[in-house]
Amino acid sequence: MDDIFQAVNMAFVLFLQLDADLFEIMILSLKVSLSALFIATRIAMPIGSAVAVYRFSGRKAVMISLNILMGLPPVVVGLFVYLMLSRNGPFGVFGLLFTPTAMIIAQVILITPIIAALTRQVTEELYNEYDEQLISLGASQFRRFTAVLFDARYKLLTAILAGFGRASAEVGAVMIVGGNIDHVTRVMTTSIAMEASKGELATAIGLGLILITMAAIINLLIYFIGDMAQKYGNI
Amino acid sequence: MGNVNITKNIQLNNILPLRLENINYSIGKRQLLKNISCQFDKGKRYCVIGPNGAGKTMLLRLCHGLIKPDSGKLTWQNNHKNHLIKYQAMVFQRPVMLRRNSWDNINYALSVKNIPRQQRKSLIEQVLTITGLLDQAKQPARQLSLGQQQRLAIARALAIQPQILFMDEPTASLDPPATYQIEQLINQISNDGVTIIMTTHDLGQAKRIGEEILFMFRGRIKEQANSEEFFKNPQNDLAKAFINGDLLWWKRRPDGDNVQIKYKPITINKTNI
Repeated sequence: MDDIFQAVNMAFVLFLQLDADLFEIMILSLKVSLSALFIATRIAMPIGSAVAVYRFSGRKAVMISLNILMGLPPVVVGLFVYLMLSRNGPFGVFGLLFTPTAMIIAQVILITPIIAALTRQVTEELYNEYDEQLISLGASQFRRFTAVLFDARYKLLTAILAGFGRASAEVGAVMIVGGNIDHVTRVMTTSIAMEASKGELATAIGLGLILITMAAIINLLIYFIGDMAQKYGNI
Repeated sequence: MGNVNITKNIQLNNILPLRLENINYSIGKRQLLKNISCQFDKGKRYCVIGPNGAGKTMLLRLCHGLIKPDSGKLTWQNNHKNHLIKYQAMVFQRPVMLRRNSWDNINYALSVKNIPRQQRKSLIEQVLTITGLLDQAKQPARQLSLGQQQRLAIARALAIQPQILFMDEPTASLDPPATYQIEQLINQISNDGVTIIMTTHDLGQAKRIGEEILFMFRGRIKEQANSEEFFKNPQNDLAKAFINGDLLWWKRRPDGDNVQIKYKPITINKTNI
């Protein structure tokens, strides 16, 4: 019980002090997660929506693959990205290993299937409703694809939130490709892992509470944006 | 509702009559349309009636190009190729509205048809006026009442400036006032020269709207006649029973494909079916 009080206390102390190091870690965490989220969304939503609308051979296989990839183990992804970016790897020349960019790449690989699979689910539901009407209006398949993606935009916030949740909580992959280097690649999750391994449990839990608060704020922000847009938009 | 003539913009390239010759269509082993032959002429109002499962909706969907026949010929005047997008529209039993406002729902239909932006505004205003929805232009379409949504669906179809409008039980789930409004609208559209083909279960509506009646039963057109003649003196026994409000049902004989059809209060001769 004492540990928990100490941890909460530590969280407040850390937060109120907000020293430069902690601030830097928080900002880098957000930068990495939000960048990964932005890139993954741009890739995943068209894929998910295309799978929902287009009928092609192998469509089922793509759907199953997306679902399987949703459960990709972060450590394995980290290892894969590490091999790709290491000196001897195919992308070694870019010197990206142990940089925030490498962390973003790993997170993009992790969350793209999640966002794509959820997008597929949401847009397919809408497409089943729209399908015949849009064909009747003479809309080409590409137009149907864009209409469904556009009209499902508010429902797709859930997919974005799920992606953000996974990205911000992820530690395995970013630890491997980022290396938890102070002032370079240290983020909230890797700091927590490090503090825990050092036995500084109170600090670790304190950092954890700050991470939860950050994630909650982002979630609420996205939720409210969606809610307002829905209220004042034309749904 | 306004009195704006939508057809002043209708293309001169006439696609009617539409001819169907020996059309068959089946899903799996179920044959839904059997040997359908008929013709739809320009400017007329056709009502397709018949019990559930008769193939009315299938006939409309087939004419509209949403499904392709297994065999038979469907031809438009001038062998029209791009008829689906250009000259015809369909209103479904349950209106499907995009998650946008009324204006944008129509705007989408026009953008699909590549109508230039500057022309769209007047066209949208025109069809919203006709359907009495101009005040609801900025309302989210899915928040409109069912009757209003159906009128919006008609407005959207009209904006395409069709020569032929297919309507699948457009008033099936509407109350009498909303039904009346839709019927007024159909009459107005028809008076503007648009060919109407609609299905309905409401015999009164078929009488009010239909100039020509097609009676369908189990995938076949059993009778096609002028509305007055049809309701006064139907030639087909099944049609007669249907008009009288007798319940039609059928049972498959265990020994083969022949179907015995019965209705209350009399049993009819199989050869007459």
